[in-house]
Amino acid sequence: MKKVNPLSLQKLVAIAALVVIYLFFFAMSPAFRSGNTLVSIFDASYYIGFMAIGVTFVIITGGIDLSIGTVLICTALIGGTLYDKGLPLWLCLIAIVACGALFGLANGFMVAVMKLPAFIATLGTMMVTRGLGSIITKTQSVTFPLRTSPDGWYKNIFRTQGFPGLESGFPTGIILLIVAVILMSIVLTKTRPGRYILALGSNKEATRLSGVNVVKWEMLAYVISGTFAGIAGVAYAANLSTIMPGTGNGFELEAIAGVVIGGTSLAGGMGSVTGTIVGVFIMSVLKTGLPFIDLQPHYQMFITGIVLIVAVYIDVRNRNRRRA
Amino acid sequence: MGEVIIRMEGIDKAFAGVPALKKAKLELKTGEVHALMGENGAGKSTLMKILTGIYSKDAGQIFYEGKEVEYKNPREAQEAGIIIVHQELNMMTHLTVAQNLFIGRESMNGKLINDRKMNKDAAEIFKRLNIDIDPAAVIGTLTVGRQQMVEIAKAISSKAKVIVFDEPTAALTETEINELFKIIRDLRDQGIGIIYISHRMDEIKQITDRVTVMRDGEYVGTLITEECTKSDIINMMVGRVIYEEPKQFSNVPEDAPVVLSVRNLNAGRMVQNVSFDLKKGEILGFAGLMGAGRTETARAIFGADKKDSGQIFINGKEVTVNSPMDAVKHGIGYLSEDRKRYGIIVEKSVADNSVMACLERYTKKGLINDKSVHKDAEEFVEKLKTKTPSVEQFVMNLSGGNQQKVVIAKWLLCNSEILIFDEPTRGIDVGAKSEIYTLMNELVKQGKSIIMISSELQEVLRMSDRIVVMCEGRKTGELSIEEASQEKIMHLATLRE
Repeated sequence: MKKVNPLSLQKLVAIAALVVIYLFFFAMSPAFRSGNTLVSIFDASYYIGFMAIGVTFVIITGGIDLSIGTVLICTALIGGTLYDKGLPLWLCLIAIVACGALFGLANGFMVAVMKLPAFIATLGTMMVTRGLGSIITKTQSVTFPLRTSPDGWYKNIFRTQGFPGLESGFPTGIILLIVAVILMSIVLTKTRPGRYILALGSNKEATRLSGVNVVKWEMLAYVISGTFAGIAGVAYAANLSTIMPGTGNGFELEAIAGVVIGGTSLAGGMGSVTGTIVGVFIMSVLKTGLPFIDLQPHYQMFITGIVLIVAVYIDVRNRNRRRA
Repeated sequence: MGEVIIRMEGIDKAFAGVPALKKAKLELKTGEVHALMGENGAGKSTLMKILTGIYSKDAGQIFYEGKEVEYKNPREAQEAGIIIVHQELNMMTHLTVAQNLFIGRESMNGKLINDRKMNKDAAEIFKRLNIDIDPAAVIGTLTVGRQQMVEIAKAISSKAKVIVFDEPTAALTETEINELFKIIRDLRDQGIGIIYISHRMDEIKQITDRVTVMRDGEYVGTLITEECTKSDIINMMVGRVIYEEPKQFSNVPEDAPVVLSVRNLNAGRMVQNVSFDLKKGEILGFAGLMGAGRTETARAIFGADKKDSGQIFINGKEVTVNSPMDAVKHGIGYLSEDRKRYGIIVEKSVADNSVMACLERYTKKGLINDKSVHKDAEEFVEKLKTKTPSVEQFVMNLSGGNQQKVVIAKWLLCNSEILIFDEPTRGIDVGAKSEIYTLMNELVKQGKSIIMISSELQEVLRMSDRIVVMCEGRKTGELSIEEASQEKIMHLATLRE
């Protein structure tokens, strides 16, 4: 009996799709080939990427986190408001991440302790955070410091200003993203929390009866998800500077699509952070590349949808064949 | 008995290359109750699933009323008049009795469902069966026994000529069993052919006309029930002398220390005031019928379910066990009767499963040392003779017996001193069974202590040093192996209040 790793096939498909899509734009448009375009692709990956890394853990438990998109906006609005009130910027950025973790903790408590269905609990949090963002800001947009202001240093976390050969600056954010992927990959595959999250996603009761504190670890998955939504909030603020309350709708679905394209099963029990990031890049290559061949960016949604369906279909067919 | 209505001949069936049926055969006449017997894995269910169109056969022929037939799905078989009443009930619990009864063939009033007519028709069927069930009641509110009656009514309402009962009495009370037998006799007298699968020897003698015995997927023989004895049937089922003689005397010294004491344990309706002691190196058998509360007692001790009251002492010291975490900490391991749901994670590897209860031992500075995980998992694969190509193999690809060994490895790896085996050999084939027995005997020799819950009397008598018998949530007696007998156990197991 040869061991079939069910994860690898879909991940390979995702990587292949990413390469094919990238090469397609590369061949079709000379302008696409520039380093600046690559930086734009990276720029478009950060906030969805961080969200997707976090929500991968929740999806592996067999749950879902619908609140990450609005948590991202809400925490960024909280951070911006605090900055307006005169708090130092570094503290505001930490507050953004901390608020994300708190919302995640609330989700985790509702799901793991109160035993609410994840869909409902996080739908509630989604609405609460959307409303909260408007309440805190009195429906006014908040503005983070511009690059030219003394507090503009934080923009360098994700992109420096100017770089030899790259007029748009060096994409420092990609390093952060890669570090996050490696770190969370290790957490998932090499540490006890990760192993238990994978185990309880496959069979929660058997895991509990092995003496594992499933409540704690399931909660942790939501905290990870919320924390990364907060980190995504920082990335979003650095990218846009001005944030409007009431936005952020659909971000969560883009992130979840990335996770699923990358081979994580919505049924729980298996998945990978590296797969997730491949899925996210597929979407940002599409988003950035389509205008180069004179298609509006909203074609990105259309094509992402098709990639999503094809990727999952391959997985489902493969799984059924193994079962037969 | 009338003429032959079903003849199955030379039926072959293999799953993934493993033969489940080899030239199996069966003959059923109209107006007879025909028992189909054999051990777990003998192929009874597979044969019936082929008859009723759930599985397709690889080879062989089925004749129904003299004509060769082959049903591609259960619906075709049903329409032809061959019905199976499954062991597990397939009910839509939120629908009414009548809605369940006529699902898929509702009475219509134009485009609308005519519930009134269905209720009337259902009432008529129940009247014919002489059972008192309200057709408008929501089915989930009925007892399992009543639900089974509905399932039978369903079979009859679709003009069945052949009805297969797959262990129908497993979940029934005695009154319900009598009710069921009356119905079965009525059906037989109406000329319906009935195939009756059961493990309960007494029932076979009571209700059936002929017995067909299967073993390892093959036909062994057919007997007329009246002319044979229980041991005739058992000998045919077993073939070789696989069951050793019952244990003659306990291997545990009188003065062996008590490792686990349970006092006045209460947990819901199924565990009432249960007290017992487990000695070091002992196998303590828990006997009783289904629903006696043995699994519930085990789960309460292990902290898997809430306790209402009671004390647990380990090595004389009182301990609190409110969760499986506590139990593992105190050295208790639980091997569930339902391995796939509660024992193992089928989509994870042998190695992952083996260390699930003690992963912290393999973690250094937060990182899991997969090398030492593999080393220890391999050591136990070797020790327990688990058949697996590697410890990387997913547990779902292992046979039942080998899956059980992975669960055993899990508890041994975290040094559990008290092991609760809940139906340790359920769904395990005969050869692997005796391996598990040998393993259990070795474990107690090494000083571990075992609580063994088993519904098979032979197993209880063969393995136990002492036997606790339960009935309806209460402990009804305790027998030393020297005084225990099947009759005494059965007496205690049916000692209702």
